Amino acid sequence: MSDKPWPHKDLLDVTDLTPSEALHILRTAEQFQEINARPIKKVPTLRGKSVVLFFAEDSTRTRLSFDVAGKRLSADTFSLSKSGSSMNKGETLKDTALTLQAMSPDIIVIRHSSSGAAAFLAQRLECSVVNAGDGWHAHPTQALLDAFTLYQQWGGNFAGKTVSIFGDIAHSRVARSNVMLLSRLGVNVRLFAPRTLLPAHVSTWPATVCHTLEEAAEGADALMCLRLQLERQQAGLLPDLREYATRFCLGQRHLAMAAPGAVIMHPGPINRGIEISSELADAPQSRILDQVAAGVATRMALLFIYGSRSSGPAET
Amino acid sequence: MTNAPAYYITQAQYKGALVDVVVTGGRIAAMGPAGSLTPPQGAETVNAAGLLLFPSFIDAHVHLRDPGYTYKEDIASGLCAAAYGGFGGVMAMANTSPVNDNATITESMLEKARLHWPHGPVLYPIGALTVGLEGKELAPMGELADAGCSAFSNDGRPVENTELFRRAMEYAAQFGKVVIDHCEDPYLAKGTHMNEGEVSSRIGVKGQSTVAEALHVARDILLAEYLNLPVHLAHISCRQSAELIAAAKKKGVKVTAETCPHYLLLDETALETYDSNAKMNPPLRPKADVEFMRKAVQEGVFDMFVTDHAPHAPHEKEHPLDHTPNGIIGLETAVTLTYGLVREGLITEEAFIRMWHDNPVAVFGLTPNKVETGAPACFFLFHPTQEWVVGPETSHSKSRNTPYWGKTLQGKVTAHFLQGVRVV
Repeated sequence: MSDKPWPHKDLLDVTDLTPSEALHILRTAEQFQEINARPIKKVPTLRGKSVVLFFAEDSTRTRLSFDVAGKRLSADTFSLSKSGSSMNKGETLKDTALTLQAMSPDIIVIRHSSSGAAAFLAQRLECSVVNAGDGWHAHPTQALLDAFTLYQQWGGNFAGKTVSIFGDIAHSRVARSNVMLLSRLGVNVRLFAPRTLLPAHVSTWPATVCHTLEEAAEGADALMCLRLQLERQQAGLLPDLREYATRFCLGQRHLAMAAPGAVIMHPGPINRGIEISSELADAPQSRILDQVAAGVATRMALLFIYGSRSSGPAET
Repeated sequence: MTNAPAYYITQAQYKGALVDVVVTGGRIAAMGPAGSLTPPQGAETVNAAGLLLFPSFIDAHVHLRDPGYTYKEDIASGLCAAAYGGFGGVMAMANTSPVNDNATITESMLEKARLHWPHGPVLYPIGALTVGLEGKELAPMGELADAGCSAFSNDGRPVENTELFRRAMEYAAQFGKVVIDHCEDPYLAKGTHMNEGEVSSRIGVKGQSTVAEALHVARDILLAEYLNLPVHLAHISCRQSAELIAAAKKKGVKVTAETCPHYLLLDETALETYDSNAKMNPPLRPKADVEFMRKAVQEGVFDMFVTDHAPHAPHEKEHPLDHTPNGIIGLETAVTLTYGLVREGLITEEAFIRMWHDNPVAVFGLTPNKVETGAPACFFLFHPTQEWVVGPETSHSKSRNTPYWGKTLQGKVTAHFLQGVRVV
């Protein structure tokens, strides 16, 4: 697909992408990964382009990752967060978005607590909108960086692999986007969570729901653990954290049941001893920090593709 | 009414026959087979060839937002929309600001309606069931009934306390009035923005199961049976509720129920794009529920159609889905949409009239709009196939929050007479 214009204005979810487009993003990320290993980690690819990082919800790694990615491509990045902005004065999302657009950015990266917020912006703005997480709905750049981590781990072969996702799936945009992307790439996706943390109609998802941690871990090629939001206990979905940690914490013994060479993943931030044991998080099979590095390369690829709306070879 | 205009309506189709109608002095002066009447001198001739004549319909569930939220709608604009939609009477819910929980509010609403629309549409206020709709103390139903309230309801703020709801049914019966319940379990429905189903789980929005509605349907049916008193169930949307209602009716429980056009024509997939104009409470349901609801309508489980006309200003609906209020407008599209059910053969024209006129009149004890010689002339003419676009030129509500905005619909009210005056 080289040199053809990229057919999408926005990246709202991985479901916007065909499998070959997703693979193109991963291959582009591979090229950019190399830049991150150079002594001078900067190329002029997006010089003169501006990227607004509009984060209406807290974030450390996603925002930083986009910022680093943009700067390494020589784009100008501008950050806007909820605190300290007019959103705290009651400005609506529509008006904040139109105000940003009036400053002519090339890309707006948005993180928002409402599902559909990225689509809301995309319907109203001419610039590209990249979804950096909207409510419980989608987190396509996380799913792509997770896929990129696995792409590197598996030498680009996804077909027939098994990825098991553990934890609070109901309220997780990471889980939604990962299920959609990995299943499209030919991966068998398994899910495990206490019933209260599974979405009501999860049987309609392209994934297998397991009944025990062990069943999900058995023979899997990657174990992906999700963060437990501590407010789920207050919402009456869990008895208490001690019980959760006792019954549902992913540990070394689960890794031992997985396929040889299996890896551990977590989108972060992690709750050690709640959803993942400390030993497992620090185990040699853990790819948690590789995911962070993959995040920079993947977002460089995405900013390049959406910033130039071209699928041509990157100028590296 | 001696100076009321005279009309000679000719070739209208009424109950399968072609008729002529002469209107003078606000009444139907004469009615007979087409060609049998001579128009009176000076009468305006209305050629109704190809048009259907219906008695002015009743919408037993609207929100006119007046007093308090008149930027969304007011009594004048709401009744205007009603007139254009074919309604000669609307029952307005009490969730205004202040709440319609005392005679002063009821009387001021009625006065405003008479001032703006002296010939109708008639406003039938619904009194609050509890003071301030707070679900704590009974509203003064005697006072409200005397002032002109036609029924009682806590619509918008479902009554959590079953003991209080029971007492409200009993106390309302004292005045010959029916209680209308918005069936919703507040715990199951808390913080939800759409139906809980395949779509909500895919798009990451907190959903409300059909159990939230059906649980209170069951509660109300049990109370109605136990107390041998009537209860009317508002805007029923799902299979589980329809099954309970059908079974209760079979047993002879005094339960009546309404549903809205959108629960028969739209499903939860309308929310896939996070369209806030498809967000209402109860929410649009899965396709299987819609199919079941249509079957239930066909079998006569539901007594009436209502719009649940719920205007909201554009600035309130233009947010991400979870920050927008529930409700859509419907007064000017409902007759058109439900006539589609007649056209497709789901219901007969007789059932259509029963559900939009005879049954609401009977359940709430309202004045019927009779199409017969000597009766006040309250009827409308409907073009069954005319196409029109829902938009600023065709809409008289102050709000435009409908999933049909910009859409082309088939079938249109072309003339509406109230007390012998042509209002549309």
